[in-house]
Formats: sequence, C-alpha cells, structure tokens
Amino acid sequence: MADLNTSPNLTDPDGLYRTLIDLHAGCTDAESHKRSAKLILCLANHIGDEHIFRQAVAIAGDAQTSAKDT
Amino acid sequence: MARSSFSAIPRHKDYAAVPAAADNAHHVVIIVGGGPVGLTAALDLGQRGHKVVVLNQFDFISGGSKAICFGKRTLDIWNRLGVADRMVEKGVVWNIGKVFRGDRSEPIYEFDMLAAKDQKMPGFINLQQYWAEEFLIDAIMELPNVELRWGHQVSAIDTEANRLTIETDTDTYTATADWILACDGSRSAIRDMMGLDFEGRIFEDNFLIADVKFEEERPVERWFWFDPPWGGASALLHKQPDDIWRLDFQLGWDIDREAAIRPENVAPYVKGMIGDDVPFEEEWYSVYTFQCRRMARFVHDRVIFLGDSAHLVSPFGARGANGGVADADNLAWKLDAVLNGADASLIETFNEEGICTADENILKSTQSTDFMTPKSTVSRACRDAVLDLAEAHEFARPFVNSGRLSTPVSYPESSLTTPDRDTWTNGIAPGSPAIDLPLRNGWLLDSLDGGWNLLSGKAIEDAPLPVIVLDDDKARQRYGLSNGGAYLVRPDQYIAARWQHFTLDDLEATAWPT
Ligand SMILES: Cc1cc2nc3c(=O)[nH]c(=O)nc-3n(C[C@H](O)[C@H](O)[C@H](O)COP(=O)(O)OP(=O)(O)OC[C@H]3O[C@@H](n4cnc5c(N)ncnc54)[C@H](O)[C@@H]3O)c2cc1C
Repeated sequence: MADLNTSPNLTDPDGLYRTLIDLHAGCTDAESHKRSAKLILCLANHIGDEHIFRQAVAIAGDAQTSAKDT
Repeated sequence: MARSSFSAIPRHKDYAAVPAAADNAHHVVIIVGGGPVGLTAALDLGQRGHKVVVLNQFDFISGGSKAICFGKRTLDIWNRLGVADRMVEKGVVWNIGKVFRGDRSEPIYEFDMLAAKDQKMPGFINLQQYWAEEFLIDAIMELPNVELRWGHQVSAIDTEANRLTIETDTDTYTATADWILACDGSRSAIRDMMGLDFEGRIFEDNFLIADVKFEEERPVERWFWFDPPWGGASALLHKQPDDIWRLDFQLGWDIDREAAIRPENVAPYVKGMIGDDVPFEEEWYSVYTFQCRRMARFVHDRVIFLGDSAHLVSPFGARGANGGVADADNLAWKLDAVLNGADASLIETFNEEGICTADENILKSTQSTDFMTPKSTVSRACRDAVLDLAEAHEFARPFVNSGRLSTPVSYPESSLTTPDRDTWTNGIAPGSPAIDLPLRNGWLLDSLDGGWNLLSGKAIEDAPLPVIVLDDDKARQRYGLSNGGAYLVRPDQYIAARWQHFTLDDLEATAWPT
C-alpha cells in the first residue's frame, strides 16, 4: 500500500501557497470554510485512496502540528 | 402506557379483545408486541410448527403514521413466509430516488435501489405499516398453533421464573414461558422493568409528517430536497397506496410542536411542495423527533429483545422496521433449532449478529443525519460544499447523503460464517444473504426450503441436505459458480460458506448442524 508522501514534492511551493491564499481573498469565514471543503473533496477524489487520506487526516489532527496555531 | 389513553390512537382495524386466560399457564414462546417485528417472529416460528402466544396491549391495528418503506431484504423475508405477494400487490413499487436542492427543477443526484435486476422482489415498496401488520396477522390467523391475544398488556416480569403479569381491561393474570420475545417497541416496558440500559444519541430536530391524500400523476420515486424553497432545512416526498402521500418536513428544534400540526400551519408546506392548485385532504399529521440508541445486549437469558425495543435509528434510511424484521428472521430459525434440541448457545449468535445489524443501521443513519442536520459551522460548510459541487461535478454526487436506504447487513465475522478458502473474484461472500434470480420456471429464493440448503453447479450424490442445482449460465454467473463449486445457505438464506471444489467433507468446518 502506498503511503502519504511527506517529503517536499513541489517545484514552486510559494506559488502554490499563494494560489491557496488567493482562493480565500475577500471571503467571509463561512465562504472560506466552504471553499476549503470543496478543495479537499476535489483532491481527495483525485487521490482516490482512503489510506492516504487517513494519513493526511492524522497529520492534520495531530496535537503537535495543531498546537502551533493556538 | 395507561390503557385509558389508547382511545386517542387512530385505528386502522379493530379486533375483538380476548378475555384473560387462566392463571399461571406455561408456554413455550410468548411474544410481547404485535408490531411488524413480533408478528414476523410469530409467523416464522408458527410456520416452523411451534406453539406461540402473542400478547398485544391494543385490540386494534394503529392507523397513525409509521413505517412506509420496506426494502428488498424485508420483502425476501416476507416472501419466504408467503406474505410478500400481498404486500407488493397493495404497495407502491419504487427503485429510483432523486435529490433536489432549493428551487432547481433538475435533481443533483439520483440512485437506484435495485442494482441487480431479475429478482422476484422489487428494491423497495411503500406500504403503510398498518397494511403490513394486517397481512401478517391474516397469515398468522391461519396457523392453529399461534394465538393472538388482543388487549393483553404486560405489566410486570419476574425473570427468575420467566413469569409475566398481564392485564386486560377487566382482569389480571400471569403466565410463564421458556422464552419471552420482547418485541414491545421503543418504549419497551419489559426493558424498563428489567432495568436495562438503552444508550445513544438524541437528535435535536423536529420533523413534521403530513400524510395527505390527493390525486395526481407523479413519478413513483423518492424525492428529497435540501433547502427546499417553501422553507425548512429538508423535505421528503413518497407515494403510498390509495393516493396517499407522505410529506416529511424538517422544521428545526425550537418550534411549538402543537402549533406545527394545526392544519393552517401545515398547509403552506404541503402547497409549497405539491403546488397551490392541487386539492388535498389530511390523513394524519404528526411531529416527531428521533434518536439513535441500542441496548448493550439483546439476549438476557430467556428474555430476548428484538426490533425497536432493542435498537432505535433515525428514519432516513428506512432502517427501523426493516432492521427489526431482520432480527425476527435471524432469531426464528435459531430458536426453532434450540426448541428442537440444539444447544441454547446458538441464541448467542443472534445477540452477535443482531448487534452487528443494529450497529450498521445506527452508523448509516447517524451519518445521514449528520449530513442533513450539520451540527457545526465547519460541518455545514462541508455539507454545502458537497451540494454546491454536486450540481456540476459528478465526483461529488456520491457524497450527497439524503438517507442511505436499508440494505441487508452482512456478517463476515460471525461465528456462523466460514471464511473463504479459495480465491473468488465474484459471487456472494459468506455472511451475506443469497441474491435471487430466475431459475427454471420460478425463482432461486423460492426453491430454498427454509432449512439448510446447498446451491451447487451440479447434482451432488448422497448429500445430507437439499441441493439446488444452478444449471443455467446466468445463475452460475451471479454466483461465480463452476461445475464443482457449491454454496451452503442458512435457513435465513444467508450464505454460511462456499467452495470452488466442493466435497461433502467440507461441511464439517461449517456451522451446519450435522
Ligand atoms: C413517522 C415514522 C416513519 C417511519 N418510517 C419507517 C420506514 O419507512 N421504514 C422502516 O423500516 N421503519 C420506519 N419507521 C420505524 C418503524 O415504524 C419501527 O421501527 C417499527 O414499528 C418497529 O416495529 P416493532 O415491532 O419493533 O415495534 P412497534 O411497531 O412499536 O410495535 C410494538 C408492539 O408492542 C405492543 N406493546 C407495547 N408495550 C406492550 C406491553 N406492555 N404489553 C403488550 N404489548 C405491548 C404494541 O401494542 C405494539 O403492537 C418509522 C417510524 C416513524 C415514527
């Protein structure tokens, strides 16, 4: 079973990050939440692998990584 | 429930109250409750030749709004018991569900409940629960060994002696039984009197059920709306027999429940859904809330809980009555075997498989409810994201959850299931129910005899149990059977084991009672 790739894997991380932030430009919180959800659903369907999705969910919900944003 | 309050309940059909019986008679099986679950259990055990007494606190069939959607598996069970033809004939057959959003006239999602065609029974029928009960009662009344006691209410239980105290309008008497089946519904008096737990979640939402009568040609499909234009968070439309329609509106938590069912308050919702110009009549209006919960165990020595007394689900998957009928089906053959001398430990497998069914039904209906009534900002954002995407993007449609309708539950891990020895790429996995198909001039499921059977690619010499030979290509294909292969089928039509090269010795490693 393939695992989630946790090594850097993008040629232009700054560009991709900007695209992500631009998605939310001028949005209310509610609209932002919805856009994030749409993005996740699109990508999850593309990946098509629940094992990888769960590994990503584990990272997203990890106490160590989420402590930093509180 | 106080007997004096029964007069407020709408009635579908009255029966003559049965006088109290002599004190302290002993019975083999007493079934408490005459809902779909108790009646199915009574019919099954009765047809297997056992003496059964059914106690029902009512001396009538209630006519209020309850279950209407009965699924394929329930129909297969009732077909085994010989009552499904009447149900299907009276019922409204449907297979297609459509999901709408707001005022858009095109559905955002569609599904088909009958994935495998060529089966005797349809994917779903809509039939008022009172008709299902009446047809079950008619069949039971033909059995001299099953006694229906109308107007007999259990008011106490002594579990040491397995003794019930039973009240009629005029008398009180007691009776004992080897086995007591508590099919006494969600507010089970037996569960309460035994002090047993009933854990789970209550959902904070009110649903208005408007059963109305009107004449109009509309497609016979399940129609569901998210954010319907006439208000409320969701709505559902189903056709029932006799030009009656079930309209179901999600109203929210903080409402005046008594006001909600006043005709002048119901009318705007009904008109919003069916149009201003369609005249309609009220059949019955009610408001309900729902819960998902179950008992920790269903088998308590000689008292066994089935149906709503043991587990409750939200109604959006039509899993209540369907799940309860599955309990009756699962228990009846096991209790039959035990009454005929098998070890009583077989009853424990009902606890195991019944809980498996209940947990799947609770999980599926909780997931539907969480989608339909999101509990947090983010959960609502995810839900709305799915609905937004579903209109234009096919990939998002399978996420749309307006209720995952009842399908049979599989028991791959059950102690009665023998795991595959061979590699199979198709067919039906052990622990799942047999699927019907046309066979010779009839149907495969009709050729099963209610006991343990073998399905085989060819005749088997000296087989110790009945063999049904699947001799046409379509049948073999559906079952992935080669010439030498076989399936072992339980009395409830579940697959217990299968082999690609079968010999009679293989039966030893199965649950089949030699
Ligand atoms: C609005 C609504 C819509 C629904 N829609 C669906 C649907 O489409 N599909 C579906 O599968 N399910 C549906 N359900 C759920 C379904 O109605 C129940 O799951 C089903 O009735 C359970 O059957 P039961 O036999 O376990 O209990 P019940 O039908 O509640 O029967 C209990 C029986 O026990 C008797 N009884 C109770 N206490 C005593 C006592 N002390 N002594 C003697 N007798 C007693 C009662 O008189 C009754 O006969 C719906 C429910 C509601 C409310």
